[in-house]
Amino acid sequence: MAPSIGAKVVLLREDLDRLIAELRERGYVVIGPTLGEGAILYEEVTSSGDLPAGWSDVAEAAAYRLQEGADRRLFGYSLAAQGWKRHLYPPRQRLFLAERAGRGFRLSSGEADGAPMALLGVRACELAAIQIQDRVFTKEGFTEPGYAGRRRAAFIVAVECGRAAATCFCASAGTGPAVGPGYDLLLNEMIDGDAHRFLATAGSDNGAAILGGLSCRPPTAAELSSAAAQPAAAAAQQQRRISADAAGVLTRAAESPHWEAVSKRCLTCGNCTMVCPTCFCTTVEDITDLSGDIAERWRQWDSCFTIDYSYIHGGSVRQSGAARYRQWITHKLASWHRQFGSSGCVGCGRCIAWCPVGIDITAELHALEQAEQVSKGGDNGAD
Amino acid sequence: MAETRRPKLAVWKFSSCDGCQLSLLDCELELLAVAEAVEIAYFLEATRTVGKGPYDLSLVEGSITTPHDVQRIGEVRRQSKLLVTIGACATAGGIQALRNFKDIKGFIDRVYAHPEYIEALATSTAIADHVTVDFELRGCPINKNQLLELLSALLNRRKPNIPTYAECIECKTRGTVCVMVAKGEPCLGPVVQAGCGNLCPAQGRGCYGCFGPLGNLPNTAALTAQFAAMGMDRRDIQRRFRSFNANAQAFRKESEAYDD
Repeated sequence: MAPSIGAKVVLLREDLDRLIAELRERGYVVIGPTLGEGAILYEEVTSSGDLPAGWSDVAEAAAYRLQEGADRRLFGYSLAAQGWKRHLYPPRQRLFLAERAGRGFRLSSGEADGAPMALLGVRACELAAIQIQDRVFTKEGFTEPGYAGRRRAAFIVAVECGRAAATCFCASAGTGPAVGPGYDLLLNEMIDGDAHRFLATAGSDNGAAILGGLSCRPPTAAELSSAAAQPAAAAAQQQRRISADAAGVLTRAAESPHWEAVSKRCLTCGNCTMVCPTCFCTTVEDITDLSGDIAERWRQWDSCFTIDYSYIHGGSVRQSGAARYRQWITHKLASWHRQFGSSGCVGCGRCIAWCPVGIDITAELHALEQAEQVSKGGDNGAD
Repeated sequence: MAETRRPKLAVWKFSSCDGCQLSLLDCELELLAVAEAVEIAYFLEATRTVGKGPYDLSLVEGSITTPHDVQRIGEVRRQSKLLVTIGACATAGGIQALRNFKDIKGFIDRVYAHPEYIEALATSTAIADHVTVDFELRGCPINKNQLLELLSALLNRRKPNIPTYAECIECKTRGTVCVMVAKGEPCLGPVVQAGCGNLCPAQGRGCYGCFGPLGNLPNTAALTAQFAAMGMDRRDIQRRFRSFNANAQAFRKESEAYDD
């Protein structure tokens, strides 16, 4: 009988190649973790040989290093340097091309849709981030067609975390480490002595159909409980946390002197926004060739940390680093709720690891919270 | 458009290595289109034929280092409707502005058999320190794509798309892994204007700052504090800021903070 949604089977290590081959057979470009430039990168993979077998990542504020792990785990790392955003919402996209034709001009639309993508190795926080971007880009009446098309066509293979990096805080952000609904397939990687296998769970009809094609055996009770223990282990390792009242703290902290303190350290380089899996801001530029016969409109990633981002008639609104950092963290953790119905932070910790000077969103929030406690305490003392 | 007069272009050289002018000749395939779109009236590196001014657009390479330069840049400005500086020399004083931190007389006495023949200013300075500049193209050398973009924008009367954000954004959009975070390699990228095309980081090297400081007073002190935390000594930190853009205000200030 064909498996249905929720069905669980066991894939052996070698079955992963059958899964990748099956996805490719169905026309997907499979994007998964690879090794490159001293980091995990999400790039096209054609077999399990492309995956970072035995490699793990160690992340701290302003530091990310690969190290060889104790076993040959394929998904033994926590996160790639950048998320899936660059595949679902590429850094540069051509919106249209206009060519002079007689006294008028001819328009052609942006770029042809590429092949559908299968995203292999999506973490709980990353799936949550994709779902946040879904709300951003497909909000009623404001659908971004490029993103919507790529997203609709995408097949998601989530892989649950069995460990956490020092920068992870998904447990307190409420997005992980257990993978929530929204995947097509969920994998739990398990190594026990020489036995290297995956518990696979179907999360969609499409996922169930693919599992059916692989004809694998059902899991044992021991395998089920081993997989179920993984997210709890990853949660227990998390050292950072984000306050449940982040929105409240930031809303009350608009005039905090702490912003000046952060701006002494902040480079305003924009790295945090580039690696953030939910940051979505872009700018649009028009280009022409020398003759003026061809014009193109391009959209590219932008950041609220650039001076031009807030440029309006008369100059940029947010001149200081203090104003720009406040804008970013307040939007991410507070005003995002009003705009999109949730926090904009999924707790992946990339902004902490990839900040060249290690500014830590959880530490800055904590400092603001402490300052608030102290000033409340001061008020009480004065009564 | 065919019947309208083509704008006259002039290319001027001051103290420089000629690399930025060469970027125009390096346009290769696009060079024909450039020659069609503008009348290259004065460009000694390409031709001895000299077309008379005034010029619609002057590209100025090089820094001001002699009394003669001072007089000549004034003349160039008078002859030019638009004056655009090309490269780190013209925009910040160039590598030769290292003299600004020392006593020029000492160099002249040491280098020349007859120092009395040398007429040089004590400093190497940017064109904008002497005349009004309409636009500055950064880089050592400039990026030919930026040059073509600027020419296209001027010819089509639109805003040039020359980014003012940090080199980090070029890394992230290209997908280059941060060398500072993943390798502990010191990198000027966070305080440097993008535009080179991500040359060094894409090769796993830290940014050397060829495109000069971010326009809006970059937080160089926060970056050098991080360099120190990574184990760089004060002299090495100072040297990072003493290269092609040593005399750009933000870099000069930061390097002077590391004077012993």
